[in-house]
Amino acid sequence: MTKEELLSKLKTIITPYVQNEEGLTTLTENTDFIKDLEINSANLVDVVLDVEDEFDIEIDNESMEKMLTVKASIAVIEDKLASK
Amino acid sequence: MINKRRVVITGLGVVAPNGTNVSIFKKHVYDGVSGIQHIKKLEDLNFSCQIAGLPIYKHDNLNNYFNSIQLRGLNASGMEYGVIAGMDAWKDSKLPINDSETPLWDAGVIFGTGILGVDKFREAIYKVDEGKVRRLGSTTVTQTMASGISAFLGGMLGCGNVVTTNSSACSTGTEAILMAYDRISDGKAEVILAGSTNDSGPYVWGGFDAMRILPYKYNNNPTGASRPMSATASGFVPGSGAGALVIESLDNAQKRGATIYAEILGGHVNSGGQRKGGSMTAPNSDAVQYCIRKAVAHAGIDPGEIDAINGHLTATTMDSVEIQNWCIALGRKGQDFPYINSLKSLVGHCLAASGSIESVATVLQLKENFIFGNINCEDLHPEIENWVSRDRIPTKTLDYAPNIIAKASFGFGDVNACVIFKKYI
Repeated sequence: MTKEELLSKLKTIITPYVQNEEGLTTLTENTDFIKDLEINSANLVDVVLDVEDEFDIEIDNESMEKMLTVKASIAVIEDKLASK
Repeated sequence: MINKRRVVITGLGVVAPNGTNVSIFKKHVYDGVSGIQHIKKLEDLNFSCQIAGLPIYKHDNLNNYFNSIQLRGLNASGMEYGVIAGMDAWKDSKLPINDSETPLWDAGVIFGTGILGVDKFREAIYKVDEGKVRRLGSTTVTQTMASGISAFLGGMLGCGNVVTTNSSACSTGTEAILMAYDRISDGKAEVILAGSTNDSGPYVWGGFDAMRILPYKYNNNPTGASRPMSATASGFVPGSGAGALVIESLDNAQKRGATIYAEILGGHVNSGGQRKGGSMTAPNSDAVQYCIRKAVAHAGIDPGEIDAINGHLTATTMDSVEIQNWCIALGRKGQDFPYINSLKSLVGHCLAASGSIESVATVLQLKENFIFGNINCEDLHPEIENWVSRDRIPTKTLDYAPNIIAKASFGFGDVNACVIFKKYI
């Protein structure tokens, strides 16, 4: 899976939780889920569950705590996909 | 009692088995249209009573009330009913939705429930038992905490006064109205969205089925099953839904030129202490009478001024006892007894939601000048006929303009609530 494909899938997953639509149009690797997209912190666990379902991976607590930005999330997903 | 602020009702919302908005509900209550139906799932699960009062609406309708995040994983019927009824009542009152960053300090929510998010809880139980607690997601707590309903409504509206959920079994809804009345009357709030909701489904109704207090001979005749005050009453039909009332100080309502449905003169809540015939499941009659008398006194009226009663009257053998209690408490019987009706003949017993749904019907009678008929009580119970003249228990809707209506609800735990509504002119 290319990075673009991965990014596109991640974008689809986070979209329903985003409260700042503007942040979504300017989404980059450095986008922060809470600061830039105003995703409610409680919903971050839902994002992680949706990621698990989409990529058929399991994300441990430690990795989950890192998933606060697009970049960090992609790194975690790539890592889990590689060790599948 | 001195300097009591006057309190009125300025908005109504309802999700009932026979109508999921106020205009259809009003029409169906007036026309005597039942909302009780056969529920295939209850039959499949070997329930004795396979009928229930279930509100029916299109799932798409939820998009008008919940945003996409709130809808994800939503599996709490009581939450749906409560939010629809609550938001409809608020809209009806023409109060603005608070889109500012400042909470409405004088507006609150008191929205009761018996149990919330049972289906969501079932989902969670399966995951937990499979060792998959981490897969619950973020919404299990907010959909299953009892106060989830007041929390959702309080957040949608931006309320900054009391935001809480009360629970007193089948008196919950009536109690919520009186809690709102007290707070506004005391000057601690100007507006409170009051009401109650109750989940639907086999996990809610199963416990009552197991108690053998539901009718089991009407599975092929659902609309004939709920028979309050009838000689052939054989148990209450389980129901569900939500009712909501915007309760407001008269000052505030007048200041903003609100439409006023009715005034709340006062009321009372009490308990029989599970003494003297009272138990977990049966009322202490002394306490019921005391509650009614205190409510009348608090309202500052004479018992003779009551034109109609909207009873608790669930369609069990306790109906005759309730009628006797009203007669004794008010000192009125026979031809002198007020008109009396029970909404449960049309919607069943909506449990924690019953008090609020029935209060919406009661307030509509005051506003629209009618007394709705009781269906299924052509064969009035002889013990009731000994106390009250037949014509005081209409089987057809009357075009009659009541001025004062007393509404009472009684609940498991031997708890009582009675509220006095008056036409606002």
